[in-house]
Amino acid sequence: MDLPAQITDWLVAGRPLFLTIHVVGVACFAYIVTRRLVPLLHAQRDFRFDRPLTRLGKVLKFWLGQWKHPRYKFAGAFHILVFAGFLLLAARAFTVLIVGVSENFVMPGLSGKTGQVYDIVTDYAATVVFLCMVVLAVRRLVFKPARYAVPAKYGQGHAADAVFLLGLIAVLMVADSLFAASTAAAHAQHDQPTETLAVLSLPWMLKALLAAMPLTTLREINATAYLVHEVTFYFLLCYRPFGIQFHVETSLFSIYFAKLDRGTVKPVQWGVPDEKLDQVKSFGVKTFEDFTWKHMLDFYSCADCGRCADQCPANAAGRPLAPRFLNIKARDYAFQHYPVLGKAHNHEPLIGTIYSEDEIWSCTTCGACEAECPLLVEYIDKIVDLRRGMIDDGNVPQSLQKPLKALESRGNPYGKMEKKRADWAKSEGLQQDCGLKILDGKNGATTLYFVDSITSFDDRMQSIGRATARILGEIGENFGILGSAEKDSGHEVRRFGEEMLFLALRDHNTDSIRESGVKRIVTSDPHAYNALKHDYKDVPPVEHISQVIAREVKASNLQFRPVEGGNVYAYHDPCYLGRHNEVYDDPRSVLDAIPGLKRVEMKRSRDRSFCCGGGGLMLFYEPKEEQRMGVLRVRMASDAGANVIVTACPFCMANIEDAIKVAGMEGKMTVMDLTELVDQQIVHQARKEESVTATCGG
Amino acid sequence: MEILVCARRVPDTSENEIEINAAGSDIERDEVVYSINEADNYAVEEALQIRDRVGGNVTVVTVGNEDDEEILRRQLAMGANQAVLLSDDSFSGSDGRGIAAILAAFVQKGHYDLILTGVQADDGGAQVGGMLAAMLDYPFASLANSIQVGEGKLRVSREIESGNREINEIDLPCVLSIQTGINEPRYVGMRGIRQVASVPIPALGAADVGVDQTAVGDAGARVKRVDYFVPALSKGAQILHGSREENADQVLELVAAKGGLK
Repeated sequence: MDLPAQITDWLVAGRPLFLTIHVVGVACFAYIVTRRLVPLLHAQRDFRFDRPLTRLGKVLKFWLGQWKHPRYKFAGAFHILVFAGFLLLAARAFTVLIVGVSENFVMPGLSGKTGQVYDIVTDYAATVVFLCMVVLAVRRLVFKPARYAVPAKYGQGHAADAVFLLGLIAVLMVADSLFAASTAAAHAQHDQPTETLAVLSLPWMLKALLAAMPLTTLREINATAYLVHEVTFYFLLCYRPFGIQFHVETSLFSIYFAKLDRGTVKPVQWGVPDEKLDQVKSFGVKTFEDFTWKHMLDFYSCADCGRCADQCPANAAGRPLAPRFLNIKARDYAFQHYPVLGKAHNHEPLIGTIYSEDEIWSCTTCGACEAECPLLVEYIDKIVDLRRGMIDDGNVPQSLQKPLKALESRGNPYGKMEKKRADWAKSEGLQQDCGLKILDGKNGATTLYFVDSITSFDDRMQSIGRATARILGEIGENFGILGSAEKDSGHEVRRFGEEMLFLALRDHNTDSIRESGVKRIVTSDPHAYNALKHDYKDVPPVEHISQVIAREVKASNLQFRPVEGGNVYAYHDPCYLGRHNEVYDDPRSVLDAIPGLKRVEMKRSRDRSFCCGGGGLMLFYEPKEEQRMGVLRVRMASDAGANVIVTACPFCMANIEDAIKVAGMEGKMTVMDLTELVDQQIVHQARKEESVTATCGG
Repeated sequence: MEILVCARRVPDTSENEIEINAAGSDIERDEVVYSINEADNYAVEEALQIRDRVGGNVTVVTVGNEDDEEILRRQLAMGANQAVLLSDDSFSGSDGRGIAAILAAFVQKGHYDLILTGVQADDGGAQVGGMLAAMLDYPFASLANSIQVGEGKLRVSREIESGNREINEIDLPCVLSIQTGINEPRYVGMRGIRQVASVPIPALGAADVGVDQTAVGDAGARVKRVDYFVPALSKGAQILHGSREENADQVLELVAAKGGLK
C-alpha cells in the first residue's frame, strides 16, 4: 500500500504502540494456546500419524471443501461464505497488521495487478462476511433455531457468547473496510492514484460517505480504524481459545487427525496388543486424562453447532444424551481444571460429575452424530471408552449384568443352551432341501452363514435365518452354519465396553470359523457383519445377505413374482449396514427388482437413517426416555406414506415390531426383513427341477 | 469391621433348562452352568459397601469342593479381601444343619463382627443363617434390606407384609440374612477375574476348622432328600397355548374374570 504521508504519518508515530500490541497479542495467544495444550500432554496416546495422503485428502474435502456443511442448507451456506471470506481475507489482515510496523509492506505476490484483483475480491469478502454476521446475529437473537437451545440441566444458553463473537468479527470487517475507505478517500481528495474499491462493497460505500470529509478527520478515522482493527484482531485471537470459536484454529488439526477407519472401535490403549491387555492397569476413560489427545482436541474443536444432537435418536427420544454436550461439558472441564492462569487440578472421576451413567449407556452407537459433524468429531469411541471405564469399576446397570454373564457362560445373551443354537435350522426341511449343513467337523462348505444370537434363539427372528438359508439354497450356495460352535459375535459386547469378554468371543468364533475351512462368510445380521468385517482379524471375507442377493439379481439368477396388495414399502437403513458400512444401494436395488413394488424414501434415510433403538445388549438396557426411538421411526415411515417397513437387520425388526404395537399401528404398518420379502417373492429356478417336490422355497 | 459372607454356588436358573435326571434323584447336571446364589451376591456387595464406609475386611466362605472356587474367585474380583473354601470329603451330603455346623466351626476360628448370608439359596431352604446364629449364640435378623452401622450395633431394616418396613436394632456380632434388592451389586467381568487368578484361596478341611465329622455330611444329616420331581399338572393349572399376543390377551381376560383387575 502506497500511502500518502499526510494521512498515514501516524503509522510511523504510532509504531511503538502497534508493535507493543503485536508483541502482547502474539505473546498472549501463544501463552493461551500453550496452556490449552497442557491437558493434551497428560492425555493417552493416539496413533494418528499414519497415511498422510489420506489425511490430506480429508483436509481438502472436509476442511477446505467444507463437505458436510451443506447438509444443513442455511447454516451450511453461511458457514461456507464466512469460511471462504476468512481464507481470502487472511493475507489482507496480515498485511494490515504488518503495515503497523512497516508502513510500506506489501504481501509478496500481491503487488501490481494481482494485488488490485485481490483487493477487489477481499473488499467483497469483507462485505459478505459482515453481512453474514448481521444475518447470523439476527438468526441467533430473533429466530433462535431449536438446535442451539441449551436444556437447563446443561447450564445457560450460549447465544450471548455466539452473538458477541459475531459482533467482534463484524467490528473487524468494518474496521478493515473503514481503514481502506478512509485511505482511499484521502487519496482521492489529493488526486493521488487511488485504489479501485469494489463497487457496492463495504469499503466502497464507506468511501462514498467519507469522500467530503476534511483530511484531518479522515486521518483520525484512518488511525482509529487501524487501532480498532488491530486491537479487535488480537482480542478475537486470544478470546477464541475460551469458547466455540477455537475451532478456527483447531479444526484443521482435528480433521487432519480424524479417524480413518469406519466401523471400528479404538483399542483399549493404542500400542498395546490384545494379548498384553492384562498388563493394563485401568481400562477406559475414568478421568479426563484417560481421553486420548485427539479426543481432547475434539472437545476444543466442537463448534457447538448442535447438528449431532439434532440427528441423535437418543436425544430425539428424550434420553439423557445429546452428543454435543459430551464435548461442551468436557471442554468446560478442561478449561476449569487446566486454567490459563493458575495451577491444574485434575484426576477427578467424570462419571457422576460431568457425565451421568444413563447418559453414557443411552447411546446406541448408531453413528448419526459422526455422520453429521462437519469437524469429524468422534463420539462412539469416547462413549465406548467411558463404558470401558464403568465396566472396569463394576458400574454396570443390573439389566445388563445378566446378559453379560450369560454371554460369558453360554455365548449368548439369553442364557440359552449352546446345543440349541442350531435348533432353528432343524425344521422346515432346510437341511434336506436347501443344503444347509451344520459344520461340526463332519461337514464342509464353501460359505459360512454366520447366524448370530438373536437370529438363532429368538422365535420371531429365526424366520430371518430360515429365509436366508432358503435364499442361499436357491442360488446354489454350498453353505453351512457353525451351530453350537458359534457364539455371539460380540459386536455389542465390545461397544458396551466389555473388551475382555468380546476378545474371548472373538477368539472362539475365529477358531471355529477357521476350523470349518470356509472360504467366505455371509450374514443376515449387520452387527455380526460389522464385527466380522472390522473387529475380527484373519477370517474369510464377509458379506451381508443383501449384497449377495443384489449381486444375484443383477446377474439375473433370481427372479421375483410381482407383489400384490397395493402396499407401499419404505426401506429402513440399519445403522451397521448403512452408516457404518455404506451399504445403501444393494438392499434398495433388490426391492426395486421386485415387480410392482412401490417404494418410498423416508425423509431420514441412508446416512441420515434414524436408529430403531439399538441392537444386541441395547435390547436389554432399560433407558430413561420419553418415548421409544422405534415409535418415532414408525411414524416417519407412516409420514412417508409407507405401510410396510423393510429392514435388513434382526434388531431393527425386533424394535420396529415392538414400536408398531406401542404406537398402536398394528394393521396399519408392518415390518419385514429383506430376506423374508425376497424369500416370499422368489420364483424358483430350473436348478430345482430335478427335485420339484422339495423346492427350497418351502 | 470384620465381615464374613457365607456364599454358595448354585445352578444359574436364568441360564439353564432344569431337567430331572433319569433316576429322579437330582437335576441333570451335564451342561449346567453355575453361578453364585443371587442373594449371596447381594450379601457380598453389602459387605463391600459397609467395609468401604467403615473400614475392615470382607471374607467370603463357601462349603463345597474345588469347583466352587469359581464363585470365590468372582467375589474376590468383586473386591472381597479374602476367600476361604471349606472342603472335606466328610462334608458331602450335609443338610442345612450340617452346613451351619461347618460354618459355625469356621467362624469360631476367627473374629467376625458381622456374618451375612443370602436370604435363601436357589436350591436351598433358607435354613443356614438362622441355624448358624443359634449355634454361635449370636442375634439374628432375616430378610434384611438395609443396614446402618452404629457403635457396637446395627440398625437393620426388613420388609414385612405389604411392602412395609420395620427397623430393628441388633447387637454385634450378629448374623443377618440379606434380601435381594438391598443394593445394586457391581459387575464382575472377565478382566476382574483374571486379575485375581493367582490370589491363593485356602482350602480348609474338617480337622482345620475343628468340626465333628460325625455331625456333618451324610453321617450327620437328619434331613434327607428322598425324591426329586416336577409336580404333575394339577387341576387348577391352565397352560395357555398360542402366540405371545394371544397368551397376553388370555391372561388379561382370566385375571379380569377372577376379579384381579378392577
